[in-house]
Amino acid sequence: MIQEACELLGRWDSYDSWIVLTAALAGMACALPGVFLVVRRQSMMGDALSHTTLPGIVAAFLFAFYLKSRGWISAEVYEAWRHAAMFAGAMAIGVLSAVLTEWVQKRGRVEANAALGVVFTTLFAAGLLSIRLAADSVHIDPDCVLYGNIETVVIDLWPGTGIPRAVVVNGGVLVVNLLLVFVLLKELRISAFDPALATTMGINARWMHYGLMAVTAATLVAAFETVGSILVIAMLIVPAATAHLLTDRLGGLIGLSLAVAAVSAVCGHALAIVAPPIAFRRLGFATVVDASTAGMVAVAGGLLFILAMFCGPRYGLISKWVHRFRLQIRIASEDVLGLFYRLGEKDDAPAVVPAARLQSTAVGALMSKVALWQLARAGEVTSAAAGYRLTPAGQLRAERLVRSHRLWETYVAKHFELPDDHLHESAHWVEHFIDPELRDELFAELSEPTKDPHGAVIPFAAEGEPGTDDRPETRPS
Amino acid sequence: MIQSPSEVPAARDAAAEHPASAPLSIHDMTVAYHRKPVLWDIDYDAPAGKLVAIIGPNGAGKSTLINAVLNLVPKASGEVRIFGKPYTRQRGRVGYVPQRESVDWDFPVNALDVVLMGMYRRIGWFRRITRRYRLLAMEALDRVGMADYAKRQISQLSGGQQQRVFLARALAQDADLYLMDEPFAGVDAATERAIVEILRDLRSRGKTTLVVHHDLQTVNDYFDHVVLLNMRLIVSGPTDEVFTRENLRKTYGGKLALLDQVGHKMTLHESGP
Repeated sequence: MIQEACELLGRWDSYDSWIVLTAALAGMACALPGVFLVVRRQSMMGDALSHTTLPGIVAAFLFAFYLKSRGWISAEVYEAWRHAAMFAGAMAIGVLSAVLTEWVQKRGRVEANAALGVVFTTLFAAGLLSIRLAADSVHIDPDCVLYGNIETVVIDLWPGTGIPRAVVVNGGVLVVNLLLVFVLLKELRISAFDPALATTMGINARWMHYGLMAVTAATLVAAFETVGSILVIAMLIVPAATAHLLTDRLGGLIGLSLAVAAVSAVCGHALAIVAPPIAFRRLGFATVVDASTAGMVAVAGGLLFILAMFCGPRYGLISKWVHRFRLQIRIASEDVLGLFYRLGEKDDAPAVVPAARLQSTAVGALMSKVALWQLARAGEVTSAAAGYRLTPAGQLRAERLVRSHRLWETYVAKHFELPDDHLHESAHWVEHFIDPELRDELFAELSEPTKDPHGAVIPFAAEGEPGTDDRPETRPS
Repeated sequence: MIQSPSEVPAARDAAAEHPASAPLSIHDMTVAYHRKPVLWDIDYDAPAGKLVAIIGPNGAGKSTLINAVLNLVPKASGEVRIFGKPYTRQRGRVGYVPQRESVDWDFPVNALDVVLMGMYRRIGWFRRITRRYRLLAMEALDRVGMADYAKRQISQLSGGQQQRVFLARALAQDADLYLMDEPFAGVDAATERAIVEILRDLRSRGKTTLVVHHDLQTVNDYFDHVVLLNMRLIVSGPTDEVFTRENLRKTYGGKLALLDQVGHKMTLHESGP
């Protein structure tokens, strides 16, 4: 299978490189406004814009065509400027969508998402209708708007160069967006985080919002031809959402989004070449050659998101599981220590406790074993011939734990009207999270008790707790 | 008849004491949402260098008063002057602390980033944040006891710590007039003490601070002046003179029925038959 994949990728040529470059540039250009949509929690606005730009493009084309047909502009001017008109139309409709959505929300007695739903479906339908009516006279291909034509980018070259037009356009948009973000980073940040404060400072958050909408719309239009309007939404939101799982800073978010967009493009195209033949031929579909790159880029983006969701350093599920597992081991170890201590309090206290007696804790046999192994490794118990023995370090930690437990029981008994047998459960949980300062506070607040409500002796009641060592019982989680 | 604020003697006295260059001077301001007035004919001059509490029941228009002064909501009529000039020419002299709930605390910034926002106006459009401003922001964080948390993502801070970061941001604004919307809402006792310290520090440096406040118990301890508000200005003046049981009864003891009715009729009229 690997050999097959290598063989397929071995046929990579300059066509493939141009396709990847185009997808990467379009993705990175989209990721920049996408970051701000995601942090402003307006991701749906991107979805809406990808639809509403359609009537904007059509209107701009029709307007240019009208000017040409009336003879007010020459055919050369029309050819040269119709793409610029398309951008202008998209930006205008971007701002218009935002204004209309606000207006519908305010006057139509609906919440923001419903207003968005009203505005973008109406505009999109109007755009689709006019594109069908106008398709004969102006050169717009509806399929191209929806699905893009990334596989054929190399056919359409920028005049006078060997570079595909899509690379120049998307690259140009990327450069403009990068410049805007670089120059306006702090204004974008404050108007997204605290629009009211921004406005009081003379950075009008509403106009910043309109500006962002206009730039987003222009970026979307540039990417449409490449990846299609549907997949553009993925490029807009997925890189930023992925990066959001990995970083807590806006700058990092921007950088990582760009990286995710680029990596999605590379992986997406490679997948498009490799995955369909290998997967589908095995299922009996012999004629499958490759898949749509645009589609696979979106799939690769989604896979990267899932990867980040599992493996992210702070918010990743794996790190959460590891953290929780460590906490469980600590609690199990402390439960074993507590058991050791309580066994040692009895008159016939054995110095060496058989392992079997230490497994009677609530955490189960396996966790008890892990806990004992962990305690032995930390030098808090040592194994002897007949079982285990507490070391001085283990003894100290056990005493502190039992002190926490019994102080808490005393505290609860003092302040809650509870029967004595209700005290143990909560204390058993809480004991793992009481740090030395809290113990001191409890001790003082209870006027230095020596025994808990059950009559058991509270450790260090007489002589006071020895100073904190380098092994805190609770660590910040 | 609707009692106009100018008929309340204390308000007139307060206005007479202060010249046209008062830190904040509101003249006959009415604010309406969708044509329904929420604040009627407010006349108010803030005394310089004092701590002022804005007090009133829910829906009295306390936040609206601040928002209207800051041009965040449009005024139906009236005029606001900051140190004798229109607000738009005095932006740099006014510091603003919005309600804590008004922002998204999951936003990808750390405490230092938030404080730096207070200096964006001074830094200027298109300019980069330099080391000098970072040091100033660290100083501001230090003054609210949050220097150790500078690099923390803001969602990892407690409510009280978040409020302190907001205060630090206001300090970083280095304004002469501060408008704070419920800075004491939902904070712990330690933070409340810290905020009071900061407010007193601002006063000792000659700043004027208006605070939307809810806790009537602490008004006497914390504030020199009060503004009692309930859709209209009931009374304003030194705390020991106007913060009386009688004035509180006027403020909280039911709205003026006619005022509500007029507002209601206007809304009906607006929305057609």
